[in-house]
Amino acid sequence: MRYPARSARRVGGKVLQVLHNTGHALFMLLEATAFVRFLFTKRSRAETAMQMYVTGIKSLVVISVVALFTGMILALQTGLELRRYGQEVYIGSAVAVSMIREMGPFMTGLIIAASVGSAIAAQLGTMTVSEEIAALEVMSINPNRFLVMPRLVALAVMMPILTVYTNILGILGGAVVGATQLGVSVQSYMDNATKFATNKDLYVGLFKAVVFGIVIATVACHQGFMTTEGAVGVGKATRRAVILSFLIILVLGYMITRLFYI
Amino acid sequence: MIRFENITKALGGKTVLDRINFEVGAGETFVIVGLSGAGKSVTLKHMIRLMRPDSGSVVVDGGRIDHLGRSELRQVRSKFGVLFQSAALLQWMTVFDNVALPLREHTKMGEQEIARLVGEKLELLNLSDAGDKFPADLSGGMQKRVGLARAIIMNPKIVLYDEPTSGLDPVTSRRIDDLIMDMRKELGITSVVVTHDLHSALSIGSRIMMLHRGKIVENAAPSEFIRSKDPTVQSFLESQYITKKGKWETELSHE
Repeated sequence: MRYPARSARRVGGKVLQVLHNTGHALFMLLEATAFVRFLFTKRSRAETAMQMYVTGIKSLVVISVVALFTGMILALQTGLELRRYGQEVYIGSAVAVSMIREMGPFMTGLIIAASVGSAIAAQLGTMTVSEEIAALEVMSINPNRFLVMPRLVALAVMMPILTVYTNILGILGGAVVGATQLGVSVQSYMDNATKFATNKDLYVGLFKAVVFGIVIATVACHQGFMTTEGAVGVGKATRRAVILSFLIILVLGYMITRLFYI
Repeated sequence: MIRFENITKALGGKTVLDRINFEVGAGETFVIVGLSGAGKSVTLKHMIRLMRPDSGSVVVDGGRIDHLGRSELRQVRSKFGVLFQSAALLQWMTVFDNVALPLREHTKMGEQEIARLVGEKLELLNLSDAGDKFPADLSGGMQKRVGLARAIIMNPKIVLYDEPTSGLDPVTSRRIDDLIMDMRKELGITSVVVTHDLHSALSIGSRIMMLHRGKIVENAAPSEFIRSKDPTVQSFLESQYITKKGKWETELSHE
């Protein structure tokens, strides 16, 4: 076969594979969503609570540090610019709006994708290569109900909660920088912060957080289930889960902002 | 009970099973042997439709399973218990919870009844003291026994064993062989065993089928299998120091 034809065939094959994988991931998401009706059975409740604990409590330290410093960096960079025009008093609104609309859900999404998403992909990947997923199927236990649904619910519920926490810490971090580096009192910082941020900003930010949670759970579970080649495959699946989650979060973040603000 | 009709399966462009036909009867211990990559595990996976054939059909209890819907497939799979090569125990659950899992998922039994049934199976497999342990705390042989306890907890008619003795020392391997024979004698279970280990195959099998490059090269009772004239079978027997004049000839001739 000639080189151009061979290349076209290879590219076509890759495109088909991407479409097949996307369809597979969406089917998995739909089926897991349909299984949410079993959420309140004893076993699912316990598993979901465990996943919420892993997502929420175990990620709290890293989220706290990142949120605090995100707010501090935002306040410092914006404040230094605004100071040139004598408007540094407005850093409160700049930090609050940036955190609530964009940085809160975005930073939380990235941290959860890197910590929880990678752990999910590694766990399900290991289960796949050690035939545990096959064992579940043979026992007629649907892995999408048994494994995906609790993780999906946990991430969709915990992401907005963690985002609110990130927002609060980010805004507080900004207040500390305002008070110590830029001479903006906490009182006027907070007045400004609450004056310009709207309810819509909060709702859109939380909507993004829910979407990001669903994306992380879907990508991580799907990559885990697609794992082949033993331990090497688990490593690859974990890396792919994190990279894909990052990319989808970025693109969807932009699309949601465009949808609600333009 | 299980019938393969002209099954062909290719993986990654390579034909793994090439128009194979065979039948496993009720109450048999049917052993599939062959070199690595001969298609043994692929054959096993077709029996429970973890894989679908490219062509041909798999028939279980008179019905084709390769085109079944989910609920019908669930019914067919309820006839099977499977002991996977790696035991495939859920690592975050205790031995007790692993064995109890199918009962909790598919029956409305209370915890007391579940505890009684799980206790019975654990005792049958000499695992009474291991209930509270996690799989990572167990030896390979114990993990396989837990896997077997889970495989038989729903009282299946057929148990599939994928390399049940691989990675185990000879003493533990013979114990697993004894357990497989006990399953047949005491519970009347039909067994399909995939193994490399011909000593094990000759001890437990009522029939032995050898796969080579996706084709069946022999399918016979152990006493006939060791007399097979097929050069692949002969070389496989010799590779494990089994000769027509050796102890197997004497032992199998008494059966």
